[in-house]
Amino acid sequence: MEQYEPDRLSPAQVAAMRRSLRSGRAALTRRSLLRASTGGALAVGGLGLLSGCGIPAAGKTEGGVSAEDHSKEEKEVRFSNWTEYMDVDESGRRHPTLEAFTKRTGIKVTYTEDINDNSEFFGKIQPQLAAGQETGRDIIVLTDWLAARLIRLGWVQKLDPANLPHAFANLSPQFRTPDWDPGRAYSYPWQGISAVIAYNKKALDGIEVKTVSDLLDNPKLKGRVGFLTEMRDTMGMTLLDMGKDPARFTDDDYDAGIARLQKGVDRGQIRRFTGNDYTSDLSKGDFAACLAWAGDVVQLKADNPDIDFVIPDSGYVTSSDNMLIPNKARHKTNAERLIDYYYEPGPAAELAAYINFVCPVDGVKDDLAKIDEDAANNPLIIPDKAMQAKSHSFRSLSSKEETAYEEKFAKLTGA
Amino acid sequence: MSTLTEAPPPLTPAAPEQKPPRIRGRWTPYWLLLPGILWLVVFFAAPMVYQASTSVQTGSLEEGYKVTWHFATYWDAVSEYWPQFLRSVAYAASATVLCLLLGYPLAYLIAFRAGRWRNLIMILVIAPFFTSFLIRTLAWKTILADGGPVVGALNTLHVLDVTSWLGWTSGDRVLATPLAVVCGLTYNFLPFMILPLYTSLERIDGRLHEAAGDLYAKPSTVFRKVTFPLSMPGVVSGTLLTFIPATGDYVNASLLGSADTGMIGNVIQSQFLRVLDYPTAAALSFVLMAAILAMVTFYIRKSGTEDLV
Repeated sequence: MEQYEPDRLSPAQVAAMRRSLRSGRAALTRRSLLRASTGGALAVGGLGLLSGCGIPAAGKTEGGVSAEDHSKEEKEVRFSNWTEYMDVDESGRRHPTLEAFTKRTGIKVTYTEDINDNSEFFGKIQPQLAAGQETGRDIIVLTDWLAARLIRLGWVQKLDPANLPHAFANLSPQFRTPDWDPGRAYSYPWQGISAVIAYNKKALDGIEVKTVSDLLDNPKLKGRVGFLTEMRDTMGMTLLDMGKDPARFTDDDYDAGIARLQKGVDRGQIRRFTGNDYTSDLSKGDFAACLAWAGDVVQLKADNPDIDFVIPDSGYVTSSDNMLIPNKARHKTNAERLIDYYYEPGPAAELAAYINFVCPVDGVKDDLAKIDEDAANNPLIIPDKAMQAKSHSFRSLSSKEETAYEEKFAKLTGA
Repeated sequence: MSTLTEAPPPLTPAAPEQKPPRIRGRWTPYWLLLPGILWLVVFFAAPMVYQASTSVQTGSLEEGYKVTWHFATYWDAVSEYWPQFLRSVAYAASATVLCLLLGYPLAYLIAFRAGRWRNLIMILVIAPFFTSFLIRTLAWKTILADGGPVVGALNTLHVLDVTSWLGWTSGDRVLATPLAVVCGLTYNFLPFMILPLYTSLERIDGRLHEAAGDLYAKPSTVFRKVTFPLSMPGVVSGTLLTFIPATGDYVNASLLGSADTGMIGNVIQSQFLRVLDYPTAAALSFVLMAAILAMVTFYIRKSGTEDLV
């Protein structure tokens, strides 16, 4: 630090600095604080309620409703994303990859970090989309299950493959055919999120944890393991552990999974269900081991050498956050060009070096290695063949199943 | 209202001829009420009507929701979630009692004994409000961490054995137990108890204490017969301000509790946002409101302070 000259730092140093800046408290930010602070969510829900008695039926339209595309006259695109989900320069205010996009195409990007929680954001845009109005956004980024719901409701537009050559060519095979959007007609992943088992070596004190069964059954871990409040991650990992495939399970399998976890709750084995706030429990050692999101683990590990992760032999669950173009968006073509831009290896590598989640773009390894060697060799960021083979996704649910499953899971978690 | 429109007796030495302008005066109170009424209509009455309507609707997101006067939702909701209702009331009541036990001596000290430290102590009471509710609650996770000094000390003193036996904690920990939730509630709502208590204690005329002393009352008798009865309005409003929000709180239960400590607020939140069962969420909110209203009415009647609140 003695000779701090920002201009002279190599890209690798810059990436390392960014990583260290983002670990610790910053690592908490994306989901935890606001997922926990559902106060805001309830307030939004309250406003949603005000929009008139009775909730209208979703206007189902195949392929979504396009407004007139103003992409040609208005050189701009409005992009809503999660907080801390984009590369930032040293000043913390500018996004280099977005600026490069504007420089190249002349399209101005209005970038807003206004998504903190899927359910909350759904409450926010639901009234407009249900009423067939514009949301004021051209790209939104939502997790699989909510993306699936929006596609099911007919609230997002079909993408034009002619504008997405890179995305089509470079999308990593593991993300190509989700059952809720086969062939990616409506959505492209922004980043992948893997659920793994994380542990604190110090708190574990020699106890071996390799599977979800270890978490649930080892009496030495009583009251010191955590599971996630995200239903699909917790249930997916539990189903895998029971030898079921989360992509193909039945109601009975699901109930068996719930019963298995319920036993863990009743015996006091499971300490609690958490959102992203597990990161503090884990680094303090209140959790000896827990289910965790890989992107957080990369950051926690950099901050605390006691933290590490393990991928169970039975596999792990990968979901993704997906870019979608909501109905009536004014700049559809511009939005598609921006989506395609992030599937070019260069920008994708810059982004991956910064945010540490699973990169959904193939062929970025070389570009990433130039920026940050460690990140390029980290299977949590660029999954190798063996990692990809173990990855499973949770199947999409009908709205009836979704309600029933969420209800059972909510009961399990005590709410 | 009518008292305002009548000409007040001329207290000031103004000329008796100069009557207040009656025409304007008649409407003034209504104009003054207007902003408040608008506020209540938009942010209280309208949502209430909407909630009431939602609670008797049926449907799904795809088909839309229609009012079908399906009152069974209420019965189903209560029979399904009464344990969480009871738990909420029990936790909130415990927290309120703790707040009163902690808050009364402090308010008494600030009002009568603090002298030049009064402002400083007041600031210390209010200061936590400058940080967010969430951060304050998260801080308790550090304070009560399993390996932390607090839990270590409680273990050495065998306090946790007693609380475990009572069912307030489990094992050698405090976090993720009912005790942690009650502690969090107590901490977060303590200022709501102290401030009204302080205001009503501070208004007590010091000469009353002197008079009681002159009449040979022991200090404890002075407190029992003079100070405490006169501070009743503060006690009542303090307990209400603590109990009501604590019953509906869900942040403490979700951050400091476990799967066995879910409160009714957690259920409403998850029904509304995750399960998307809007009618059940609305019905639960109404039942909660009705229950709180009933309890508060009973309490105010019981404490005989209707005219004081």
